[in-house]
Amino acid sequence: MKFERYGLGIAKGLSVTLGYFFRRPSVTQYPDQRLHVSRRTRGQEMVWDREKCTGCCTCAKSCPQGVIEIVTSTNLKNNKYEVEKYQVDTGYCIQCGLCVESCPYEALFFSTNYECAKYRRSELIQNKEDMMLESGNKQRSAYFYPELEADLPRQTLLIERITEED
Amino acid sequence: MAIIEPVINIPVILQTLPSDWPGNFWGHWVLFSLVTIIVVILMVMGFIYIARREIGRMQSRVGPNRTGPFGLLQAVADVLKVLLKEGITPAAVDKPIYWLAPIVTLVPVFVVFAVMPFTNGGMLANLNIGVLYVVAISSITTVGMFMAGWGSSNKYSLISAMRVIASVVSYEFPVLISIASVILIAGSLSLNDIVIAQDIPFILLQPLGFLVFFIAGLAEISRAPFDLLEADQEIVAGFHLEYSGIKFALFYLVEYGEAFLLSCLISTIFLAGWRGPILPEWLWFIIKALIVWFVMVWLWATLPRVRIDQMMALAWKFLLPLAVINLVVTAIEVLSLSEDMLWIMIPINFAMTAVLILFWSKKFFRLGWGRVEV
Repeated sequence: MKFERYGLGIAKGLSVTLGYFFRRPSVTQYPDQRLHVSRRTRGQEMVWDREKCTGCCTCAKSCPQGVIEIVTSTNLKNNKYEVEKYQVDTGYCIQCGLCVESCPYEALFFSTNYECAKYRRSELIQNKEDMMLESGNKQRSAYFYPELEADLPRQTLLIERITEED
Repeated sequence: MAIIEPVINIPVILQTLPSDWPGNFWGHWVLFSLVTIIVVILMVMGFIYIARREIGRMQSRVGPNRTGPFGLLQAVADVLKVLLKEGITPAAVDKPIYWLAPIVTLVPVFVVFAVMPFTNGGMLANLNIGVLYVVAISSITTVGMFMAGWGSSNKYSLISAMRVIASVVSYEFPVLISIASVILIAGSLSLNDIVIAQDIPFILLQPLGFLVFFIAGLAEISRAPFDLLEADQEIVAGFHLEYSGIKFALFYLVEYGEAFLLSCLISTIFLAGWRGPILPEWLWFIIKALIVWFVMVWLWATLPRVRIDQMMALAWKFLLPLAVINLVVTAIEVLSLSEDMLWIMIPINFAMTAVLILFWSKKFFRLGWGRVEV
């Protein structure tokens, strides 16, 4: 005689929910606690290496959205292009990664940042000062550059430890 | 806890006053009306907090914990947000009915608490027909809900209102009959006398009556798993779909006010109300109501919603016959047993409950008998 129809099924369900009631919540309290994202994440910002960039515009040509805008000028003394304006409208960026993959001089990277909400669309446009590697808290993602992985923190999953913000 | 602080003062106030003071009719009326309304509103806020935190924990979340200490002020924040919103009246609504519905729904919920004994005799009016009063007044809420559903001129609201009517009409019978068997033992319709009669809590004397009352009560106030009236996946939000701003807040208050009402009723009728050792009477009452609410939210977090035909079948084919059998058996027991021999009912009634539930589930309860297949 099976008792599933006589309330045992309900009792089993109730015991499961009560078990969860006394268990620690598995969610991350986001602004207080945060997880490391994947090392190869395609973040919402670009990181640009000023030294390596030659202003060849390959990234701008490969961009399907056409959001990369480059203006260069010729520097005859050093026999190279000077990048005068390098601007990415991240509001239209689709994180396809073609610019990063196409760069012949390994000068363009995704960043690991994902907290890029802004109050105005105009604030989403990044110019070259924002994107420079030297400009502070920029961290290059290892997307398309696996050799960068060693420097980045390991990804934390919900089942693993939770990184507390200091 | 800030929630129950005003309640603390009731016995103190009563002790400091001269013993015949509430003999002044209007003084008594004003004091207890104010206390009752404040207690109900504060308890509703506490209930919302408990429900959200408990469901959060049962879903492996945390629940609201930002506003105030431990998120205790979340309900206040919600109320403020809702009050500041624009009250939109759709063009096609039936305006008088649409405007009247929240009030018709809200008032009975507060009025019912007049006969709820928070302490021994600590109530607005010790009616000798208290149970009848509760059952009669609380049914007016349904009229308000139907007015809201009808006046909104929205098909989802109307379907929801029809479901409310169907569930309340069906589940009123098991509720009444299970209360009737309690009244047989207590020998009084006054809620205070019912509590006084519970030397043994009636949940032990009437296990089947408690089960029937609990399930039917859940269905009558439309809590999960019987929350068909606001089945979000089917009919968006139910009868208050077209309401916004303060009118929506009133419906929200009604929803949890009814939950508090049912918790109070169950703790009064079956769990010996304000009776208990050591702690003050009002605290025992609140604790029992909170325990009942905990179980209700627990069921809410666990059980899936039933279909409308399952709900109707449960009322008419399962709860109603069991309640009637329980009433008959209780009547025989009360006639044949003397006052101090009531404990004999405990083993008899528990055995009867188990046998009846098994028998009924196996033999008599089938979904879809007599249903026209379309």
